This record gives sequence, C-alpha cells and structure tokens, in this order.
Amino acid sequence: MPTATALLITAQRDLLLAMRRKSDVLVSLFFFVIVVSLFPLGIGPEPLLLKKIAPGVLMVAALLSTLLGLPRMFAADYADGTLEQLALSPLPFGLLVSGKILAHWLVCGLPLVLLAPVLGLQFGLDGESLPMLMLALLIATPLLSLIGSIGAALTLGVRGGGALLALLILPLYVPTLIFASGAVEAQMVGMSTSGYLSLLAAMLALAVFFAPWATSAALKIALE
Amino acid sequence: MQWNSATEFFAMGGYALYVWGGFGACALLMAVEPWLVKRRMREAILNLQRLGRAENLDNKNR
Amino acid sequence: MNLLTEKPAKGFYRFSSPQTFYPLAEKMLPWFWVAAALFGIAGLWISFFVAPTDATQGEAYRLIFVHVPASWMSMFIYLVMAAWAGIGLALGTRLSGMMAQALAPTGALMAALSLATGSLWGRPMWGTWWIWDARLTSELILFFLYIGFIALQAAIDDPRRADKAGAVLALVGVVNVPIIYFSVIWWNSLHQGSSVSLTKSPSMAQTMFAGMILMALCFWMYSIAVALMRVRAIIIERERNAEWVRTEISMEKTNAVE
Repeated sequence: MPTATALLITAQRDLLLAMRRKSDVLVSLFFFVIVVSLFPLGIGPEPLLLKKIAPGVLMVAALLSTLLGLPRMFAADYADGTLEQLALSPLPFGLLVSGKILAHWLVCGLPLVLLAPVLGLQFGLDGESLPMLMLALLIATPLLSLIGSIGAALTLGVRGGGALLALLILPLYVPTLIFASGAVEAQMVGMSTSGYLSLLAAMLALAVFFAPWATSAALKIALE
Repeated sequence: MQWNSATEFFAMGGYALYVWGGFGACALLMAVEPWLVKRRMREAILNLQRLGRAENLDNKNR
Repeated sequence: MNLLTEKPAKGFYRFSSPQTFYPLAEKMLPWFWVAAALFGIAGLWISFFVAPTDATQGEAYRLIFVHVPASWMSMFIYLVMAAWAGIGLALGTRLSGMMAQALAPTGALMAALSLATGSLWGRPMWGTWWIWDARLTSELILFFLYIGFIALQAAIDDPRRADKAGAVLALVGVVNVPIIYFSVIWWNSLHQGSSVSLTKSPSMAQTMFAGMILMALCFWMYSIAVALMRVRAIIIERERNAEWVRTEISMEKTNAVE
C-alpha cells in the first residue's frame, strides 16, 4: 500500500522534527496544565463547584492548547518550500496533509488525553468519570486537529496569523466542546453517554474525510 | 386601531424603552451602513480621480 | 495591464464580468431601495397599528417584527454568501468573490441586530439582558463566523487569494452551521435553559405573521441594495487599473465634488 505509507512517512517526518524541538511540544502541554489550574484560583476551591465545572474547563483548556500548536502545522514547511514540493508530488496531496494532521494530533492532542486524568483528580472527578474524560478527549482531540488544520492552512503566511486563526477556528470548535464535555457531565450524573460519544465519533468520521480535503484546497490557495 | 392617544402609542404599554430601542437600533444601523458604503464608494472614486490627475500632470511635464 | 485586453464574455456569463455588472447594479439599485421602503412602510404599519396586543407579552412582543426578520436574514445571507463563494471557487468568476465579500458585513449587521433586539426583548420577558437560549447562542456563533470571514479577507492583501481563502472558510462554515445549531439545541435542552420561547406565541395571529413577512421582505430588499452598493465600491477598488473604470470615473466627476 504505497498511499498509506506516504501518510505514515509524512507523519513520521513531522514527528521527528517535533522531537528535535521538544520545547514547542512541552509549551503547549504546560499551557494546558496552567490554564486548567488557573480556574480554581479564579473561582475558589469549593469542591462541589469545581467538580461541576471540571469537564467544561478541561475541554476549553484542551481546545486552546491545540490551538496553540496549530500555526506550527504548516508554517515551517511553507517557509522553506517543502510544502510546495509536497503539493507537486504525484502522491495525493490530501493524504500527505492527513499525515501532517496525524503528527499534530500525536504531538499536541494525545499528550492531553494522557494528562487529563491527573488534572481531573485535581477537580475531584470520580473513578468512573476519569476514563470517560479520557475517552471523550480521545475522540475530541483528533477532531480539533482536523478542524484546526483548515484554519492553519487558511492563515498561512497571513498578517496576524495566530489571533486570526483563533477567530476562525474557535466558533467551529463549539459542537466538539459541547458533546465532549457533555459526555463527561452525563457520566457524572449517571446518564447514558452513548449519544454524545456516537455524535462525536460521527463528527470525527466526517472530519476525517472532509477536513484534509478542505485543508489541501486552502494550502493550494496559499501556495499559488 | 388599539391606540387611544399618541402618548399611549409611544409608551408601548410600559415597554417603550425595549420596543423603541429595538426598532431604533435597526433604523439607526440600517441608515449608518448605506452611509458608510456610500462614503467608501466616494473615497474610491476620489482616489482614482486624484491618481488620474497625477498621471496627466506627469505626462504634460514630460 | 493585461486587464485592458479583457475579452467580452457571451451570454449569461456576461454578467459575471465586473465591467457589465457595475452599470447593471447601478440600474437595479433604486428598485431595491424603493421595494425596501414600500415593504418597510407596510410592515411597520401592520406591526404597530394592525397587529393586536399580545395577551401574555403585552406590547413587548412587537420586537418580533424586527428580531425574526434580522435572524432570518443573518442565516439566509450566510447561505447566499457561501453559495457565491462556492461558485467563485468552482468557476473562477471574479464577481462571485466580490459578491461574497460585499454580503458579509451586511450579514454580520443582521446577526448583530438579531442579538440586540433579542436581548432587548429578553429583558422584559425573562428579566435578563442575555440568556443562553439556543436561538440566541447559535446567533452569537453565527456572528463570530461572519467576523472570522471578514477578518480573514481583511488580513490577505492579494484580492484573488482573499476571495479563495474566504470561499473555503465560508463553505466550511456552511457545513458547520447546522451541526453547531443542532449541538446548541442539544446543549440547551440538557441544561434546561429557557422554557419560554420568544417567538412561539401560542396563537400567532395572521396579521402578526403578515407583518413579520413584510418586514422580512423589507430587510431582504435592504440587504440586496446595500450589497449591490458595496459590490460597486469593491469593483472600483479592485479594478482600478482597468480602462473602463477610468472612463467610468471621469464621467462620475460631476457627482463627486472635491
């Protein structure tokens, strides 16, 4: 399967580059931790209230933290001309873009999933809610990377890229935010979570097909 | 018609602030927007005319 | 300038050229303004003098006559904008991108008006200026989508790239709008927000409906008129190097006094 290999090789290359610049990865991870820790300081240490807001706070922080890594998705490759080479290659561009999105998720999304239970404990989430939190984040974070890649491509090399990216992408993150934190909240009050999770999964399936396509269209516009 | 007097009409059953505020906001913004567009248009035309005159002057001096 | 040697297009495509559309828009403008004024007068007459006082909401319900049309237009303009953007992306017609760009500020204005009137209506009915009701919340997100579109276009200097990038964003947005709307309704029903619905009066009198439709037509005609005005300004700004713009401008000298 040469096409699948192309995807993996692009992802591998991006991961390698990310590993060379570990500080970038750690910055967005600590950003996540710090933002989440700020809420108890701003709101007060009342356990019941903190438990109630935990899912929302964790999801919003995850959303912002993913956003922080988005401008890096294509910027370096755009600057040194690699992106143009990728676009000209005979392999489907969407596939190569998918590889880069996968790498972004592995670097910016997956660590959040693994770190979230620790932060959940800080907010007093119970033993059943923590796995649900991880599961919701596991479906939500790739979705964030996929939707975010469109914004990253659109704002490539544009004035005020970072702030503009947030303005474009955050409204599109709303459904992900609602369903992911909704799943955890439903678990906390003992309601069924399958509706939320299947909606999240459905959105993920949609995004897997359409986001790389939209992103590569946006990248081609930027490369013109 | 349900209004007995002009005062009653303007009082809007005690909701004057909200009703007139809402309709007023619409009227105001829907007057300001065309005005802004008109100004943008005039600006664009004036800019072009200035450019044209500058080019004419350049050609004459040459 | 190779713009000087532009070939005149044939048939329907003729109108997709800014050069033919510019005078056409000028001819259409007064008609839309007149239509907007007529529908507006009729609509206001019904909304203040014909529609009866609402049994539960008193006179405050009269905000329905601006709130609902503004909300409708804000959603409709987004669809039209995305359609123009999509046409521009698919066919490469320059005018389509300009139309999308011309529609965006009017759409944002409609969303803002819908939010403002909704909040003015909510204050006497619910006792707060803002309520996280599904309708208001999704309107707010729609407003953000408009702002994003306008900001993206403003940030890109090359107009062709701005058009295309904006088109991709508008199309992504249009796919997301139903998902966002659905998710907000879901979220709202879960958190047991407002059980009072602003617009669902138990017995919507026919006169009320007529007033709403007339005001919606007024807002529609207004939006078309303003968008046409703005697209003319955009054409002048973008095609300033074309010969026809130069001649057009020299004729307009009498209107623009310096």
